[in-house]
Amino acid sequence: MTAIQSTHTPLSLISKSASAKTQAVPPLVEQLKGGLDAPICLTWELTYACNLACVHCLSSSGRRDPKELSTAEALAVVDELADLQVFYVNLGGGEPMIRKDFLDIVDHAVGRNVGVKFSTNGYYIDQAAAERFAATDLLDIQISLDGFDAATNDAVRGPGSWEAARRAMDNLAAADFGEFKISIVATRHNVAQLDDYKQMADDYGAQLRVTRLRPSGRGVDSYQDLRLTHPQQQDIFRWIMDHPDVLTGDSFFHLNALGKETGETLPGLSMCGAGRIVCLIDPIGDVYACPFVIHDEFMAGNVRDTGGFASVWRESDLFRELREPGAAGACASCNAYDACGGGCMAAKFFTGIPLDGPDPDCALGHADEAVAAAAAAGVVPQPSQDHSRPVRLGSKPA
Amino acid sequence: MEPKTDPQTTAVEEEALVEEELLVEEISIDGMCGVY
Amino acid sequence: MSTATFDPSTKWERSAKIGLRPEPFGALAYHFDTRRLVFLKSPALVDLVDGLVEHESADAAITAIIEPADDRSHRAHVTALASLAEAGVIEPVSPAISFVG
Repeated sequence: MTAIQSTHTPLSLISKSASAKTQAVPPLVEQLKGGLDAPICLTWELTYACNLACVHCLSSSGRRDPKELSTAEALAVVDELADLQVFYVNLGGGEPMIRKDFLDIVDHAVGRNVGVKFSTNGYYIDQAAAERFAATDLLDIQISLDGFDAATNDAVRGPGSWEAARRAMDNLAAADFGEFKISIVATRHNVAQLDDYKQMADDYGAQLRVTRLRPSGRGVDSYQDLRLTHPQQQDIFRWIMDHPDVLTGDSFFHLNALGKETGETLPGLSMCGAGRIVCLIDPIGDVYACPFVIHDEFMAGNVRDTGGFASVWRESDLFRELREPGAAGACASCNAYDACGGGCMAAKFFTGIPLDGPDPDCALGHADEAVAAAAAAGVVPQPSQDHSRPVRLGSKPA
Repeated sequence: MEPKTDPQTTAVEEEALVEEELLVEEISIDGMCGVY
Repeated sequence: MSTATFDPSTKWERSAKIGLRPEPFGALAYHFDTRRLVFLKSPALVDLVDGLVEHESADAAITAIIEPADDRSHRAHVTALASLAEAGVIEPVSPAISFVG
């Protein structure tokens, strides 16, 4: 019996133990919901500066914030993460390569055995950069793309962005970087292109990643136009199940109700990791539960506070609250709740619906009325940080 | 411990029982929600 | 490598390519090259992984460190080690170059 990819393991399989010496271990997911002493991995946005202005940007990026962490502060954060044995940090932004000390931060992290993946629009990955990255250990690169063709992609990410991403991928391939990631956010307009994406990734020898669109950041405004329809949700559930080598960042577990009848669950832990096993550090050192809730409601502290990141992670009121067992609330009577756990708190928050109720994209349609009502009543929150540049999507990237 | 019956049944039973005691679980590093 | 080829009668050790982080439930092991993340779901299993290198065989390590109450428990730990071997968390110790400490 080989190692098993974690799926939704029924309680009965794990809680029994026949050996006197082996302790009966509660289901792993239940333990993780209670939080760990350190994140397993986390997202760290290095800068709010960005050369693009994607319509759904979850960090509302564009302009650098003057209070950005200095190089010294950033390297100190790396040291903290290394000391906590955070295994892996996902660097992003904005566009992380815009920071002049980007390579210093990356080198310092890998030097201290913290794996790095950075998420980029690829604009700055020229031949030289690609070769530099190919020579760097413990480094993974994720190129963002939101359409198989330039028209679909550029409608969301701006003119020239598709070409820049493809050029970056070509450069990485030419430099023999190895398996990089191509990451797309599934929208109403690109979900029909999944097979094409898979082929593109295969052609590059890259790994495909498909993630959920959340109504976060600038996504608050574009969500109604870009979110998947119910039939598209069914399609994507089936497609992900049929392509187990495609990564999802566990972002579709809100659709697990679609697998109830067949006993299927999407790969991943199928739980919200925010504040429990992952979190976000933003460019000015604010610590949020996850990258999709950049709002004061979900801000736990700042790495510049006494005690640094470790004390925010371990002692902040917000994270303590998130680690308490949650009530099923309005979802208690739904027999799919054990599969979907009520979905994503970020999606609920930014559509203005209750956090103890169904996900706005509840696959069974339980939130459809509430979402429409909240939108009509104008009670949808705005993100707390908005660094958007006052440019129209039709302008060329800077 | 349950009484053993014929060897074949025992083997199957034991295989199934061992499954209940899995001490190792693997997850993709990408299998955690809240990261991009 | 599957369980079928995992040989508990040989000497094994924890891989140098992993980060092993103790947790209340046991430990997290992360392989930096393959990026595989493994949960070790008992503290005893963690002790076993750490102590493997000090015994001439995985079987001997299980006997000494786990003190299994029955055969089934011993097999459960062999199965666990086989999974860890497949994930690269533990590696065979080559007799020609093995050293302790």
